[in-house]
Parts: sequence; structure tokens; C-alpha cells
Amino acid sequence: MSKKTEKLAKLRDQARQIRRYIVSMVGEAGSGHPGGSLSATDIVTALYFDVMRIDPQNPGWPDRDRFVLSKGHAAPVLYAALAERGFFPVEKLRTLRQLGSPLQGHPDMRKVPGVEMSTGSLGQGLSAANGMALAGKLDDRDYRVFVLLGDGEIEEGQVWEAAMAAAHYKLDNVTAFLDHNGLQIDGPTDVVMSAEPLADKWRAFGWEVQEIDGHDMEQILSALARARETRGKPSIIIARTVKGKGVSFMENEVNWHGTAPKPEQVEKALAEL
Amino acid sequence: MTKKIATREAYGAALVELGQKNPAVVVLDADLSKSTKTYDFSQKFSNRFFNIGIAEQNMMGTAAGLAAAGKIAFTSTFAVFATGRVYDQIRNSIAYPRLNVKIGATHAGLTVGEDGASHQSVEDIALMRCLPNMTVLVPADSVEARAAVLAAADIDGPVYIRLGRSEVPVLHDEANFNFVPGKAITLREGKDAAIIACGIMVSAALEAAEQLANQGVSVQVLDMHTIKPLDVEAVVEAARATGAVVTAEEHSIYGGLGGAVAEALVENYPVPMRRVGVRDTFGESGKPQELLEKYGLTASDLVRVVYEVLKRKGK
Repeated sequence: MSKKTEKLAKLRDQARQIRRYIVSMVGEAGSGHPGGSLSATDIVTALYFDVMRIDPQNPGWPDRDRFVLSKGHAAPVLYAALAERGFFPVEKLRTLRQLGSPLQGHPDMRKVPGVEMSTGSLGQGLSAANGMALAGKLDDRDYRVFVLLGDGEIEEGQVWEAAMAAAHYKLDNVTAFLDHNGLQIDGPTDVVMSAEPLADKWRAFGWEVQEIDGHDMEQILSALARARETRGKPSIIIARTVKGKGVSFMENEVNWHGTAPKPEQVEKALAEL
Repeated sequence: MTKKIATREAYGAALVELGQKNPAVVVLDADLSKSTKTYDFSQKFSNRFFNIGIAEQNMMGTAAGLAAAGKIAFTSTFAVFATGRVYDQIRNSIAYPRLNVKIGATHAGLTVGEDGASHQSVEDIALMRCLPNMTVLVPADSVEARAAVLAAADIDGPVYIRLGRSEVPVLHDEANFNFVPGKAITLREGKDAAIIACGIMVSAALEAAEQLANQGVSVQVLDMHTIKPLDVEAVVEAARATGAVVTAEEHSIYGGLGGAVAEALVENYPVPMRRVGVRDTFGESGKPQELLEKYGLTASDLVRVVYEVLKRKGK
């Protein structure tokens, strides 16, 4: 195996492990958002296990890269990645959503090492990412800021205020992912509130736009490499994804947006993963 | 005649002072820098000033991100846009994660004047006061406003600073002024009743106390510049010493200073009390002084209400 093939295989394995944690922890919690966590898993895996400059032993390192989970309900994928990466023990994952647990239903930056911004109320993460990016430029630090947006989330007006500002301030240290799984709580995004044409909209707002398959690890990595080379403007990677990806009975099923699997469903899902 | 300066002027000057002292201080504005007085900062420290345009939600979120990366971020716009318009951004991106964002809210209250009710914020204190982690400061004059801005930079966490558009009398002596957030300032001693006031109503309270003194009524005046955390000790002490309390604020009688003082008294030391403020209504266009008269926020209103509360006290 070439080095590259080996790396890709390792990342795919890692993604599978994270999916297993997502299904288990949401099942254990008895509530949570598996669908949008599973659709974002490959992206989050690529960031935390290949791309981002981070040190789990030193989560406050000023030069670290930052990741803002703007679609905060996908907390399980972030928690699983942070635990697997060594920010806290994986055993903690079982406490998701329980009273007294640091693993709140939506991420709390004051409770969990590695969580860069408290999110949950949609549409706010890109603004925060912009602020971190502005601070980085001001302090002459070369860290990068990554942000994950949902395709339903971008119906929030603040996202477009922030999109305008990121281009205005030429924040080429910002890279956004759009987790384009096509589903939101009330149904398909193009039925509930169409934001199409997506790529044209972001381009018109002054962004460098790439469109990829959000489950193809090679495409994710090469898009991130190209985003890194982009100068003078922010980058967005529109990632076509499948809600519930990896668990056959969850895939493209809107009902798995915010429903926890029952124990027998967890078993079935783990057998597939 | 007393010198008059708007508290927003002091805000702008204090930001420049802070900018020179502390490189971590950054300022954001939403297309109102000439009105909020952040313009001087923007000229002196252009790299640390961010005009976010007419996009207050994004301004609050961006400030949160700057604060998360170690900055002390002052966000500046009119009080009405600095609170209600961005309530969820303040709640979820600033107060909940306890980030170092200082909200400089100018043009608060009725005295924004001719712009009318859409721009007259009379509910902002209530909105900010019920947020956990939030400190709420309402300076009475330019000296106190400067001190409040400097103090806000030293507080670890979010702070709301309520400022005015119109010029107000300078009450405090800059040279001997000691500002401690959460510690009320006694401006006048008295034994018959206490007026607890904030913002522009502090000078009205002093004027009322003077008039009442001429009529043989001795009134204590407290400058309650910090609505949260409230100086409960000073409130209870004033009630104990005088047995009758009147609050005065350029804000709704619901949820602001009057509400906070009433809560403190009911739980600790109930005495006859009246709240002077905007009585559950929106404002309207008019000159600041005309509005204060129409909505009952003048020294003579305070005199009348002090007599009412004295009657209930049984004097």
C-alpha cells in the first residue's frame, strides 16, 4: 500500500469508529441527533485526525487550529472525535446528556476541553469563527479556523451577515464546510426553504467554493489542501452528504434527525459499522 | 452652572484610553461609530477596530469569537439594537460561555428623543439583568461612565454598559472618584426617605432632594450604578435608615432598577416603596426634556412620589 492509500484507509477506519461511538452514545442517552452527526463524520474525522494542528495535552495552545461546530446539535460527532483524539477519556462518552455530565446536549466550551465555542442556537458559529480568525490576523498567528454549517442552518440570516463579513475582511484563514445532507426537521431543505443555488450564493458573497462528495475522504483532504492555498478570501466546501450515513436504516431518513436508536437498533447499527 | 457631557462621549474617550493601555482591547461597531463615539478609537487604532456594518447579530457573534481568542471586545450600537435585536446572540454566544464581551449601548431610554419609540430602549436593563453571568452598569454621568468602561475591561466576563445620547450634568468629582462595580454611592444623606436612582435620573434625584430639603424633608440619594450584581446591602440599609424608598430610572418600571430593588426589599426588609419609570408604554418623538416631563421622569415627579411614599409610611 502506498503511504497515501494507507493514510486514507486509516482515516476511514477512524470514521467508522467515530460512527460507532455516535450510535452508542445517542442510544445510551436515549435522545440526541444521530442523523446530522453521521453525515458530518467523515469531515470531522479528516479535520481532527489529519488536518488540524492541535495538541490534546494543551487545549488552550494559542497557535492551535480551531473548529467551530455551528450546527451544535451534531455534538456527538464532535465529542467522539475529541475523545478519540485524547482530549478526554472515551468512557466519558457514555455520560452524554446526563445530569452533571460535561457532555451537554449541545457543546459547552466551558465544560469540555477542545470545544472552541458553545453552540446550539443555529446560525451563530460562522460569526464566532470570523472573530477567532480576525484575532489570529491581529496577533500575527497562522492558525486556521474551521467551521461546520448545516444546510438547514443557513436559512438563518446571521449566516449571511457573517458570510459577507468574512469576505469583506478577506479571512482566508477561515474554511467552512456545508454539511449538505438535504434534510431538515420538517423535511427536504428544498421543500422547507430552498437556499439554492448554493454554490452561486456563496460565490456571490465573495467566497472560494468547492463542491465535493462529503463521504469521500480523498476529496475532503484535497479540498482542504486547496482551501489552504486560497489567498484573500474565505473558502467553503459544499459537501454532499447522506443524513444517517453508515447505518442503512437511518440513511436519508428525516426521522433520524433527532431520534435515539433503541438498544436493538444500536446492535443492528453497530453490526453494520 | 454645572458642566454637561453625554455619557457616550465619555465612552468614546475611555475606549481610547483603554486602547493605549491594553493591546487586547478591540472595538466593534455597526455603522454608528460617529454616534456611539467609537470613531476616535477607529482612527487611533484602526487595526483593532472592526466595522461590521448594519449587522448587529454578526457583530455580537464576531465579538464572541474575538473574546474566545483572548481579546476584550467592546461592541457598540444603540441600546435598542444592542439588546433586543441580538438577544439570542448575547444569550448563547456571549453570556452562556461567559466571554469577555462588553456591550456599550448608547442612546438608551427616552432621551434619544426625536427618533421616537422604535429607537427608545426602555426594556434593555430588564433583558440584560435576567441573563446569568451578565454585569449591568448604568452610569449617571461622564465621570462614572469612564470609570464603568475601565472597570468593565477588568471584569472577567460579559458586561452591559448603558449610555445616553443627551448631555447630562457632571455630578462626580473626577479627582476623588472611586468606582467599584456592585457598590452603590451615597450622594446625599437623609432620614425621611431614600431615592435610589440610576443613569440620568441620579441628577433628577439630587434636584428633588434639594427641593424636599427646602420643605423640611430629609432624603437620602443613592447612585445605583450597578443594577447587577445589585448592592442589596445598601438597599436594605437605606430602607432601614429611612423607612421609605423611591426608585428612579429612565426605563420601564418592570424588570429594571425598580424591579431589582423591589425584589431585594420584599425578601429582606419590606418598607413602603414606589417606582418612578416608564409605566408599561412605548415612547414617542419629542425633545428629550419634553419626553421626560410627559412620562413623569423629572425632579418634580420625584418630589410628588416621595410625598406619596411618606404618606404610606405614616409620617
